[in-house]
Amino acid sequence: MDKKNVRGFLEFVYDFYKSMKAHEITLVYEGEITHQITKAFTSLTESNMAKEEESNSVQKKVFHVMVECLQNISKHADSFGSDDFLFAGRGIFMVSKGEDDYHVTTGNVIENSKIDELSRILDNINQLDKEGLKQLYKTQMREGRLSEKGGAGLGFIDIARKTGRKLEYHFLPIDEETHFFILTSTISRNG
Amino acid sequence: METIKIMGTDDTPTVILDAENDIFEISGRSLPEDVTAFYDPILNWLDEYASSPNAKTAFNFKLVYFNTASSKLLLDILMKLEQMHEDGKDVVVKWFYPEDDEDMQEAGEEYADIVDVPFEQIGYTLN
Repeated sequence: MDKKNVRGFLEFVYDFYKSMKAHEITLVYEGEITHQITKAFTSLTESNMAKEEESNSVQKKVFHVMVECLQNISKHADSFGSDDFLFAGRGIFMVSKGEDDYHVTTGNVIENSKIDELSRILDNINQLDKEGLKQLYKTQMREGRLSEKGGAGLGFIDIARKTGRKLEYHFLPIDEETHFFILTSTISRNG
Repeated sequence: METIKIMGTDDTPTVILDAENDIFEISGRSLPEDVTAFYDPILNWLDEYASSPNAKTAFNFKLVYFNTASSKLLLDILMKLEQMHEDGKDVVVKWFYPEDDEDMQEAGEEYADIVDVPFEQIGYTLN
């Protein structure tokens, strides 16, 4: 880096820091999501929550949501293109903590061809009430097959049940073949 | 019959399947990296056990956390116990949950709804 680039980089670092503070982000990661990463992030967040004397029920909910979100990426994030492994099992993962809520956010690349199916699954979950979600979970557990990668199609339902909220998601276009899929889950700190 | 004894870690449960001493228990946390690889030996053990089980089988679940992928495999275990019950064997499932953990209690209720096997819910206090 020459002098001008160094200065630009330092400014970026400071902006990045300010932006993290402004959005109350306590953890952010971009890269491959492995089992080791999942374990590290959940135990880090767990010990932070314990330190802050968050209630057991909130701690458990955040833990549940984090695990399912991380596993969604590791199992489903696409490696688009035939020989492009750069995006397989990768994504961005963020935890933020506000006055009233925790937010767990994931973002990953998804092929356009999979968007309809994914939207259909998410919208179906979002139109169900508590009892409906319970029934769907039971049905899916009984009838759903464990995929090759160990997914059982239960993660999104579990997130909706644990948070008691609708699944908030967006698809942002990247290029002609792919979109960026963002999912934000909110866990209330007040039980 | 061989005994299975797996010590729990922060992502895998403690499993004891000991027909000789009448201990059948899964406890702790379950979010293994590869759920199928972890639970296959347990399911296979139950298949073998089911062919000549003890006079009475009380299977204890004492989990504090399991992920959704594990929930499916736990159902597979319960379905094996259900099959034994249907075959006229004396089987009971004991589902232990921490008293302040409604989700774990509800998970037990849901399993009890799905499988047709005697099912006891037992709340306990964590110290």
